[in-house]
Amino acid sequence: MIRCIRHTAAFSFLLLVALLVNAARVQVVETERYGANPANRRVPIARYEKPRGAVLVEGSPVTGSRDSGGRLRYERTYTDGPLYAPVTGFSSQTYGTSLLERAEDGILSGVDDRLTAFPWWDRLTRTHRRGGDVHTTINARMQRAAFAGLGGKKGAVAAVEPRTGRILTLVSTPSYEPGVLSGNGAAVDEAWRGLNGAARRPMLNRALQETYPPGSTFKVVTAAAALESGRVTDIDARTDAPDPYTLPGTATRLGNAAKDCEDAPLRYAFRASCNTVFARLGAELGLRTMAATARRFGFNDDRLRIPSPVAPSTFDTRMDRAQLALSAIGQYDTAATPLQMAMVAAVVANGGQLAPPYLVDKVTDAGGVMVAAGPHRPTRQVVGPATAQQLQELMIDVVEHGSGRRAALKGVTVGGKTGTAQHGVRNEGMPYAWFISWAREKDGYEPAVAVAVVVEDAAADRADISGGGSAAPIARAVMAEAVRQGPGR
Amino acid sequence: MTATAGAAATARPADTPPPLPLLPRRRGVELALLVGAVLISVCGYAVVGLATHHALPGGAVRYGAGLGGLALLAHLAVRLRAPYADPLLLPTAVLLNGLGLVLIFRLDLETPGDHAAPTQLMWSTVGVTLFIAVVLLLGDHRVLQRYAYVCAALALLLMAAPILFPAVNGAKIWVRVAGFSIQPGEFAKVLITVFFAAYLAANHTALAHVGRRVMGLQLPAGRVLGPIVAIWLISVAVLVLERDLGTSLLFFGVFVVLLYVATGRTGWIAVGLLLAGVGAAAVGTLEPHVHSRVEDWQHPFAGIAEGRGPGQLAQSLFAFAAGGMLGTGLGQGHSALIGFAMKSDFILATFGEELGLAGLTALFLLYALLVARGYRAALGLDDPFGSLLGVGLAVLPALQVFVIAGGVMGLIPLTGMAMPFLAQGGSSVVTNWIIIALLVRLSDRARTPRPATPAPADRRRPAPPPTAPAQGAGR
Repeated sequence: MIRCIRHTAAFSFLLLVALLVNAARVQVVETERYGANPANRRVPIARYEKPRGAVLVEGSPVTGSRDSGGRLRYERTYTDGPLYAPVTGFSSQTYGTSLLERAEDGILSGVDDRLTAFPWWDRLTRTHRRGGDVHTTINARMQRAAFAGLGGKKGAVAAVEPRTGRILTLVSTPSYEPGVLSGNGAAVDEAWRGLNGAARRPMLNRALQETYPPGSTFKVVTAAAALESGRVTDIDARTDAPDPYTLPGTATRLGNAAKDCEDAPLRYAFRASCNTVFARLGAELGLRTMAATARRFGFNDDRLRIPSPVAPSTFDTRMDRAQLALSAIGQYDTAATPLQMAMVAAVVANGGQLAPPYLVDKVTDAGGVMVAAGPHRPTRQVVGPATAQQLQELMIDVVEHGSGRRAALKGVTVGGKTGTAQHGVRNEGMPYAWFISWAREKDGYEPAVAVAVVVEDAAADRADISGGGSAAPIARAVMAEAVRQGPGR
Repeated sequence: MTATAGAAATARPADTPPPLPLLPRRRGVELALLVGAVLISVCGYAVVGLATHHALPGGAVRYGAGLGGLALLAHLAVRLRAPYADPLLLPTAVLLNGLGLVLIFRLDLETPGDHAAPTQLMWSTVGVTLFIAVVLLLGDHRVLQRYAYVCAALALLLMAAPILFPAVNGAKIWVRVAGFSIQPGEFAKVLITVFFAAYLAANHTALAHVGRRVMGLQLPAGRVLGPIVAIWLISVAVLVLERDLGTSLLFFGVFVVLLYVATGRTGWIAVGLLLAGVGAAAVGTLEPHVHSRVEDWQHPFAGIAEGRGPGQLAQSLFAFAAGGMLGTGLGQGHSALIGFAMKSDFILATFGEELGLAGLTALFLLYALLVARGYRAALGLDDPFGSLLGVGLAVLPALQVFVIAGGVMGLIPLTGMAMPFLAQGGSSVVTNWIIIALLVRLSDRARTPRPATPAPADRRRPAPPPTAPAQGAGR
């Protein structure tokens, strides 16, 4: 009997070993896989267990957290939701995240290993870190000026600091309150459906995600290509361009809204925005030169992250000469985001150098200790300093004597370019009003800001929709704030 | 403890021959371990409060005093009537019961409308009271042998009782009396084990040596095996009628093990496994309730893929996985996602999530300790009934832990069963305390020093002195 009892004890021991081995399998081997299962609610529970890190503008948080008392504990709040929605995006327990909330989610939610010196210890002890803070490059007063300037109109404003690429303003209207999407439940679903179904598309980030035909503002790029290639050496020399201009290979005759465009020199053609001169220049420069120049300015780049992804601006690379001529005046398939056009203005203002734009200045942990600085990617030479100098002259001329007079600021050197882009079938859609510009102090050297404004208000009178009429004053207000605070602030 | 031996030695008359080496009684060790067990439980209680409300829970002192008082009373009973009992049994049981109360208190926080901890504490008190009663009143375990058939009849009666009551959650295992739910099947486990042990002890020679050999197996004569198979068939039939597969599995396991221990024939194990395999296959395919459990075990995450969301087993596995090596800490897990039965069948998931693999290993080792001490007692007894009873009472919790822990962790198909001492359920706790009481009684018998040649002056059994000798020396 004793032998049998020992056997039974050994059998019990085997059961114990089986339990322990199985426990190790579930709790050590499978822990990651089970933990990552989408049906495992622990992931969202842990995610919302602690207040989410904040997005800061000039050191003050524009986001917060609210204790909902539910199982998903903390919900996102926004102190100035509609104003900063194009910057922050939303963070919803139901619908995920967008924009900066998405791009910096690792930091904000606390899962990023950079937030601790010993990530393995937190993993071992199953500690959920507090989220870190994301400090943006946004300038609050410029942001407000742009938001107020657009008012109830549909449109967007992007402004960058030309030397560094810091994004100072990112506004899109009509905007929305991202806080209504934060929680979970029927009200959030209702709000989500309402926002997505709204005709004016408030959740569309027009500054980053929408591309518009840039119209005449694209003439800056065409002028840059002409000057850089040597096709035009003197901006005051006659260009022997006909008026009207027959698009190559077609019988279509392109006319001008402006007068005196026949044989006009580049300076006048730029100021008066002569389509004929720039269409002909584009066609003569050829597809390769035009496409290469556009690419250097940032077109056709689908990898731009600020760190939110930016929709690629496009300049077609397979066209006939007639299409190329139209593309050179910012029509046909040419399309650009407001941020891209702000980059164009910034290149001109910054002596031909492009500093890649970025939105995140630095990232700190919950205790305020710096975790990572902004990207500081190297600048690249887009056009030579001499070309940039000539382009600055052309743009200053537009503000001093041309269509951009409403952007002029006293005591400040401002260069700009208006644009009115046709779109829709046979151009019957309401045109978009563009204005791109830059500003620097009169005797200063360093540019303070480069701005792009687009207004797409279908309700406005067609004659009034022009870059100079509705877009330039908004750019002026933004530049005034930038200059008042001085460069680099 | 050498003091005990010395004191006991000097207490003997000088002219008696030197006795066999005395086993120390270790009552002091038991007391120290009990203090530790109560302290660990109180600490767990405090940690739950600190982690969830950042304050000590209000009832911490009352809870500690209650558990400590129960432990002390049980200890005094053991000291009085079973002075040679194994010192590990009682502290292990108190620690397991204390941890169970902590876990139920912790899970009560997730269900504001349903507080199970006070009821569980009440049932624990009943359990300890019964423990004390058994230790005080049952002087010798061999008395039970006389009541084998009474036990069998009582067990059958208890198992049949729930048939008259409505089914709860698909199983007819409950009896509702005066607001209390009782699972009579739990008590039946002990009774039937007593019966098996008694019957096999009386007939093990016949079972082992009488009968025909068929295909190399020694089959016993029908007239010996008849009653026991009949009892077993009836009990299994009742359980299948009540849809309580776990308990019938437990009975079967205890039956086969005791048969093997009694007869020493490995053939019994072969027959047992064969029967179990056929039975499991038949029930697993024919009975839809069990079939779904098997499906669930094979594909725990099938519900997620089909869009029904994670099932209970998937939630349980998620909970264990979330614990990892060290766990989230008491009060900081989310095992409440399991929902229904989280305080009873799935209570181990909370343990695994909040105390991790480290805690779970410690818990399994605690159970292993209990079981091992049961075998130890069985080995030390010289009467077959005692040995068989010891083995049965050790195998009972061993199988129970394996079936339910393996079930909730995806090792074997899940069958509803209470984790001994840990899970919510009054009948289970009370039954487990009775098991501990019987083991204490058996181990006391096994460890009581017996002289090589029985002398009248040295007889302690079957008439133990009213107070244990050399009471003070053990301190």
